[in-house]
Amino acid sequence: MSARGHTAYWAFVVHRVSGVALALFLPAHFWVLALALQGEATMDATLRWTDQPLVHVAEWVLVMLLAAHFAGGIRLLALELLPWRNWQKTLATLAAAFALAVGLVFALVR
Amino acid sequence: MSARRETFLWVAQRATAVVLALCVFVHLATIIYAVRGGLSAADILGRTRGSIAWGAFYSAFVIAAAIHGAIGLRNVAGEWLGLRGEVSEVAMTVVAVAMTILGLRAVAAVVVG
Repeated sequence: MSARGHTAYWAFVVHRVSGVALALFLPAHFWVLALALQGEATMDATLRWTDQPLVHVAEWVLVMLLAAHFAGGIRLLALELLPWRNWQKTLATLAAAFALAVGLVFALVR
Repeated sequence: MSARRETFLWVAQRATAVVLALCVFVHLATIIYAVRGGLSAADILGRTRGSIAWGAFYSAFVIAAAIHGAIGLRNVAGEWLGLRGEVSEVAMTVVAVAMTILGLRAVAAVVVG
């Protein structure tokens, strides 16, 4: 298998796994936000629970998954809708770099 | 599954992807901004309560994500689990509707209260 094929394969796997994980996370995300219906105190109690190391790591993973799915999606749209297909590997590398950069910034500020 | 329906879902997946690209970019920037100094209900609701702009933004975000996620899960279920035909089409619709309802309820919670 060529290096390009290998990169494209990993880009495919990351896009698919991150997409499924984000879809599974969404209901929980919506549930927490809807706690605002029961007042600020209820929402704050849940937000305080999230303020612990393991949850911060889980949040970081989610932010990385979102950034990776975003950048990988831009790559796919470019491959499918724009005429420069020989940029495949560069796009995948840029997508990975973007996800890592977002993850790094999140880890620094959280 | 008809080729016409597959084409429709393919186009819907790409169209929602374009909307989501804009939404997720704003969302990532908001996340980075919001988590500095910790999350609190007062901070979150202070931004969103009564804001027509955030309400419209998050509503579009939810609807695009619900459609995009449901079609994506259907495609993965077809390719990885061999789940195709009527069952997966119905499941996709149920997931899309459920995600839209849950999502818009969350938007209402943080925008209207």
